Amino acid sequence: MNRPGRWIKANLFGSPVNTVLTVLALALLWQTVPPFLDWALFSASWGGGSPESCRQAGGACWTLLAERHRLMLFGLYPYDQHWRPLLAMALFVALLAASSHRRCWRPWLALAWGALIVVASLLMWGGVAGLVPVETAQWGGLPLTLVIAVLAIVVAFPFSILLALGRRSELPVIKAVSVGYIELVRGLPLVSLLFMASVMFPLFLPEGVTIEKALRALVGMTLFTAAYLAEAVRGGLQAIPKGQFEAADALGLSYWQTMRLIILPQALRLVIPPIVGQFITCFKDTSLVTIVGLYDLLAATKAALNDPAWRPFFVEGYLAAALVYFCFCFFMSRYSQWLEREVAKGTR
Amino acid sequence: MKLIPAMAAAALVAGSVLAQPAHAGATLDAVKAKGFLQCGVNLGLYGFSAPDAKGNWAGLDVDVCRAVAAAVFGDASKVKYTPLSAQQRLPALQSGEIDLLARNTTWTLTRDTANGLDFTTPSYFDGQGFMVSKKLGLKSVKELNGATVCVLPGTTTEQNLSDFFRANKMSFKPVVIEKNEELNSAFFSGRCDALSSDASQLAGIRAGQASNPEDWVILPELISKEPLAPAVRQGDPQWADLVRWSQFAMVYAEEKGVTSKSVAEAAKSPDPDLQRLLGVTAGNGKAMGVDEKWAYNIIAQVGNYGESFERNVGKDSNLKLSRGLNALYTNGGLMYAMPPR
Repeated sequence: MNRPGRWIKANLFGSPVNTVLTVLALALLWQTVPPFLDWALFSASWGGGSPESCRQAGGACWTLLAERHRLMLFGLYPYDQHWRPLLAMALFVALLAASSHRRCWRPWLALAWGALIVVASLLMWGGVAGLVPVETAQWGGLPLTLVIAVLAIVVAFPFSILLALGRRSELPVIKAVSVGYIELVRGLPLVSLLFMASVMFPLFLPEGVTIEKALRALVGMTLFTAAYLAEAVRGGLQAIPKGQFEAADALGLSYWQTMRLIILPQALRLVIPPIVGQFITCFKDTSLVTIVGLYDLLAATKAALNDPAWRPFFVEGYLAAALVYFCFCFFMSRYSQWLEREVAKGTR
Repeated sequence: MKLIPAMAAAALVAGSVLAQPAHAGATLDAVKAKGFLQCGVNLGLYGFSAPDAKGNWAGLDVDVCRAVAAAVFGDASKVKYTPLSAQQRLPALQSGEIDLLARNTTWTLTRDTANGLDFTTPSYFDGQGFMVSKKLGLKSVKELNGATVCVLPGTTTEQNLSDFFRANKMSFKPVVIEKNEELNSAFFSGRCDALSSDASQLAGIRAGQASNPEDWVILPELISKEPLAPAVRQGDPQWADLVRWSQFAMVYAEEKGVTSKSVAEAAKSPDPDLQRLLGVTAGNGKAMGVDEKWAYNIIAQVGNYGESFERNVGKDSNLKLSRGLNALYTNGGLMYAMPPR
């Protein structure tokens, strides 16, 4: 027998139990895969421009995406200005790709990220170089999801390191504040935090003074993410042997020098998996900003399904949104694994 | 998620205490000064307020916002929309975040008094109804004894349902499902005998989600009153008047047969009622604190009530609702405009 034949015999039909399981699995696949392919591909409607063509086709209604993808991707952003968030996202993805090459880890990369934030904000906000101003209340869809997730992560990360250091500090006030903050925020669900930010908070402002919703949501997300990240970072700090601190003291390094040069590089490397896990959670949690009345990717998808004519095809809409979320989360997950291997090279 | 309603209630109490009675005319002055109307709408309720395929707001409630903007600025597009969830809507109005709440809100005694709102006049008369399969051969809701009823949880819909069955000494089995889509597909797959929701919603669900809309009937009786009305903050009667008369102007225009297309022609009419409405004879605008052509601008840019109805929820929309209670009083409905003189 040839090699694949041997492999099949050994692994799939090696014993009576294995044979039964193999047959059952094949039967299950036969029952599910062809109907799914039929629904998703062969009977699907790909165009036609109206819900009627979907009803006739009987399969998946990809026409929905053809007709409504711009509302799903960009929410309430003015229709004829969609190229601006699109360009901002393209720049973001390009820089993200560049950042995942070690060759590009040079000082210019930090500058490039700074420049990206400025350029992307100007593109989104407008008001310069002949661009029509667009206020944040009109931002929506994938750009809004990315803006909130990226800014929350970028701001929360340094904040969380300070909190983690504060929690292990020997200064009682700093320690108490850090512990109090972390425990308070971790004791609240994110939904209620966002709800407080959006509903309770404006009642205490003087009449006429309002803070933009996107900012409120962003602050809520940042505070929340920072508390969880701080605990992940603290885990790393605790894993560093005491000898490292003592050695740093013996060299006469100050507290900040010890942390920056000795402790944090080792500690953060240890906690890459939980930190990236928290980043992924943060990215997905952005879908909760819908309760503040912002149209993130998921809320914009819902808005696209609002018309009763399209409503029957919600499965297709949510599948598309799920695919977008998956792409970003999967990228983060793979990137973290690669990063772990890269930074561990020195210790092998 | 019992926490959110509880927090919303707390926010409401706080809001009632903190909301200071604005001095008369303050809202109109503030709106004029900032140059746009901040209008609270639904996050997405097709026909009432929802973004269309291009992300522009459209709907019956949105048209109220547009009408007020047309009256104040002569430009119906000077509106900024604040999409609000059910819990957010009342605090948003109390805190001054929005100037006008046009978010399919039922006019009730509690909201009008204790919650510090001031309703203007109903823009849509809705009510809770039932949809059943035609195969069951039901003619009346009184025949639903012992039925399994699909309903969304935590809304007044669920409360009305049990009140109705208790009052009529009938029994029912609720099937409570949180998500609209799941609820509707459960109903159409035969999980329940009846689906209960606002009549305006039932029509849309039938039109959009039934494989054959002809197989389902909406029973004629409505078991609750849901007069949906725009609301403003209590304590500024001038602003409430302005919103109320903007709505009346649209209904009055329909009564008089004036449409967005014929309004220019109508302004030349010798009819003194029309001359007063359209600002040919001055006086109304000054009394309200806006331009004399306020009603002319509303009708030209938004249309009369009938046009707005048909465009958003009626035969030109995907809901295909009939006028029913929302027909003019001359056609057996409840829409009756006070005379603008």
